[in-house]
Amino acid sequence: MTKWIEACGLDDIEPEDVLRFDHGGASFAIYRDPAGAFFATDGLCTHERVHLADGLVMGDQIECPKHNGRFNYKTGAALRAPVCVNLRIYPVRVAGDRVEIGLEETQ
Amino acid sequence: MTTLPFVQKRDYSLTGPSARRAVELGLASAEWYHSEVPRKVMKELMQRRDGPALRDTAIWIGLLVLSAAGGIAFWGSWTAVPFFMVYGVLYGSACDSRWHECGHGTAFRTQWMNDVVYHIASFMVMRNPVSWRWSHARHHTDTIIVGRDPEIAFMHPTGILPNLLHFIGILDIWASFKVLLRNAAGILTADERDYIPEREIPKAILAARIHVAIQGAAVVAAIWMGSILPLMLIGGPRIYGCWHMFMTGLIQHGGLAEDVVDHRLNSRTVLMNPISRWIYWNMNYHVEHHMFPMVPYHALPRLHALIKHDLPPANPSIWSAFREMVPAILRQRREPGYYLRRELPPTARPYREEFHTTVPERASMG
Repeated sequence: MTKWIEACGLDDIEPEDVLRFDHGGASFAIYRDPAGAFFATDGLCTHERVHLADGLVMGDQIECPKHNGRFNYKTGAALRAPVCVNLRIYPVRVAGDRVEIGLEETQ
Repeated sequence: MTTLPFVQKRDYSLTGPSARRAVELGLASAEWYHSEVPRKVMKELMQRRDGPALRDTAIWIGLLVLSAAGGIAFWGSWTAVPFFMVYGVLYGSACDSRWHECGHGTAFRTQWMNDVVYHIASFMVMRNPVSWRWSHARHHTDTIIVGRDPEIAFMHPTGILPNLLHFIGILDIWASFKVLLRNAAGILTADERDYIPEREIPKAILAARIHVAIQGAAVVAAIWMGSILPLMLIGGPRIYGCWHMFMTGLIQHGGLAEDVVDHRLNSRTVLMNPISRWIYWNMNYHVEHHMFPMVPYHALPRLHALIKHDLPPANPSIWSAFREMVPAILRQRREPGYYLRRELPPTARPYREEFHTTVPERASMG
């Protein structure tokens, strides 16, 4: 069952940017695309232990700040070496002026 | 006569006891120190542009063509020498910085441009473009972590003669070519397999075969023509023109700390003349590059200005860097664990001591 957790405010992320969100011992990355829609993925790159929230958002891609690996943060697809493993994505919804991330009850 | 104490060579392999120890100590894929840069500013710094690299690449190719043409036109006379001196450095040294920046994907905004220049520069510098992409990724994950970083230039205790010979490329070109030949034969070492994913290995083998075929064609052309001119143009510059690459490359980390997770302790920023900076594509800002590898080369001077209050003072010249580094390297030959601890300005956040207290311990164990 999905549990909705408040991650940040609507204005905390500029369009085409990303924010780190830590919860329950896990780290997530919350994205806002150029059109203003929100998305969420695991916070750490699947290649090495680097937080994606320090990376650059370009359109619908996030670039790892250390190695130039890229993911589509809307689908989680790994797009460019050295990343080979897809990124886990999470549902996101807007409730009032807050952004919520949907996590399984165990998370 | 004084005899130096016997110093055992550290284990720099990626699959030996040092590698296991690095993992146990939490030095592998660790969280590294970063200077504070506001997010908005960092986003601006990381923005990609095609313009600067297109301009610099056009100048680079233009000068390569002109100097090669001059060398060919005056071949057989002393007039050819200055042309080949220029061509050699543009080919045998500038290739390294182009390989490096395009490998990071930061030179151009357009990715295929990064890829094209990366493959050309990989050929010139005689590096397998696939395996070196992975090795350099590891170098950035675990910079100068013994047992993890495959690109440590000085493996202690280092030999003096091999380092001097680096400047004429003889040992390096031989080592590089042996790796390409081995890869072309389909053989990868345990170390290479440690940082290259299995699915990338066929690409590494194919790339090595292409490189060897082109280098081989240059050798055949030289034999057929009865002249070394083809080798002066292809492959040879990696010997006679690589001095600038090694002059700038050795001071990146030489004499500084191993096994720390703060680039201020293991990397060196050196102020240089504009010609060397152009050849080197601003990699003289090496602490800044390692802290923020996705900042393109053309934005590094601005990044340096923003964070220099938090970094050890930059060496004011290449000469100053060598004057500091060489005695330290010599001391490291007989004193394991010694490193140059560079003083921070009063405005800097202090080094976290736990980042480097492991060094003597590891030096005696590694």
